[in-house]
Amino acid sequence: MNELKKVKSFSTQEKKSKTLIPYAMLCELTHRCPLSCPYCSNPVELELKSNEISTDLWKTALSDGVNIGILQAHFSGGEPTARKDLEELVNHASKIGLYTNLITSGVLITEDRLKNLYNSGLDHVQVSIQDTDPNNSEKIAGFKGHKKKIETCGLIRKVGLPLTVNAVMHRQNLHNLKNMIELAVDLDAERLEVAQVQYYGWALKNQTAFLPTREQLDIATTIVEEARIKYKGILAIDYVVPDYYAKKPKSCMGGWGRQFLNITPAGKVLPCHAAESLNFLNFDNLKEKSLSWIWEHSESFNRFRGTDWMPEPCRSCDRREIDWGGCRCQAFALTGNADATDPTCEFSPYRNVLEEPLSKAGSKNPDFIYRKYS
Amino acid sequence: MSKLIKLKIDDVPSLPRHAKLRFDHARKKWIINAPERVFELDDIAGEVMQLVNGKDSLNKIIDKLLIRFEGAPREEVTNDVIIMLQSLADKGFLINE
Repeated sequence: MNELKKVKSFSTQEKKSKTLIPYAMLCELTHRCPLSCPYCSNPVELELKSNEISTDLWKTALSDGVNIGILQAHFSGGEPTARKDLEELVNHASKIGLYTNLITSGVLITEDRLKNLYNSGLDHVQVSIQDTDPNNSEKIAGFKGHKKKIETCGLIRKVGLPLTVNAVMHRQNLHNLKNMIELAVDLDAERLEVAQVQYYGWALKNQTAFLPTREQLDIATTIVEEARIKYKGILAIDYVVPDYYAKKPKSCMGGWGRQFLNITPAGKVLPCHAAESLNFLNFDNLKEKSLSWIWEHSESFNRFRGTDWMPEPCRSCDRREIDWGGCRCQAFALTGNADATDPTCEFSPYRNVLEEPLSKAGSKNPDFIYRKYS
Repeated sequence: MSKLIKLKIDDVPSLPRHAKLRFDHARKKWIINAPERVFELDDIAGEVMQLVNGKDSLNKIIDKLLIRFEGAPREEVTNDVIIMLQSLADKGFLINE
């Protein structure tokens, strides 16, 4: 480890004085997935199996994560059950005190495997459901697996694991939002995540197909508010709105490099799952640096940490330590400048870049560009 | 096992399987991990939660706290403990054995 200490640190005194302790790590074990959802949060450049890091390297990263204060490990993908060492990794994470969460499409998993995961210490499972209408669900996923997903949810509860249903909502399934909430209740889920599509990577390619109209969004918000009252104590509903319609930007990841880190299948450590879209940044890899070093010292984690990097009007804004400047990936994708004020902020000088995509919302339904290996 | 609605003095509270208590050395705090959320406990809440084991009744937990914090008035401790545990129960992170 002495070698590592000689490497240049990008952590300034100001940043060091406030020790940042991360809460969660998202472990993208693989990009392999039988589904090809056109809003997939994986990068457009998907990693091949041959580039995936080893079981041992994952275990080292998990252990290092606990040392720097990470409390929760989310095993995701791609489809994480495509990795045969999933049980081994869950077992390791659980033994060292991490809270373990599996984020899955649910189409590959058997009851036996769920039992094994339960016995390995798995704490919680999230299953994605693309729509309540089976045909539309399978059209969106690009895979015939809707029935299996519903069965998997039943098995998860049968085995004794708590369930969250992840529902990515957009113009082509928002009309079924009420049904989705009822489905989550029927499946005995404790939580439902109603997440409107966020426009990065694959989703940005399909934006015209997904962006809801203002009217659709308002109806959805009312439905969620009513359901929260109706199902209080039965179903908790988390609701993420598309920020194109917001006045204030989202506090993306709770601030860059403040609470969260993401590990790609190839071992790159990122401040968020979309960060590789910032193609000018260098992202360190677990094959060369430890997780704790990357968290504290790397160029990528320090680049937008805190408020020093901010332009005006962010720098003097009262909300600078509330939304932490919104989303850097969005600013870069929409303005070409990663330091720019997030265009979803009402004070952004780039607010007009949202006009063009919003003007197309609801006008037509182009064919999906499905997620696939290039 | 049933969800607590109103916590009573002879209830036997415990954490459900999906909520886990542990000491975090990085934060030097007791925390409860739950799906997509973390409760960071202050010192007193940490002391209380360590006694929530699914075997001892609330009464017994308060007995133990009174030994630990000698001289504290029972009524006050009971009140504080119930308020703290009830807020966890309301969120579904405390059950009655």
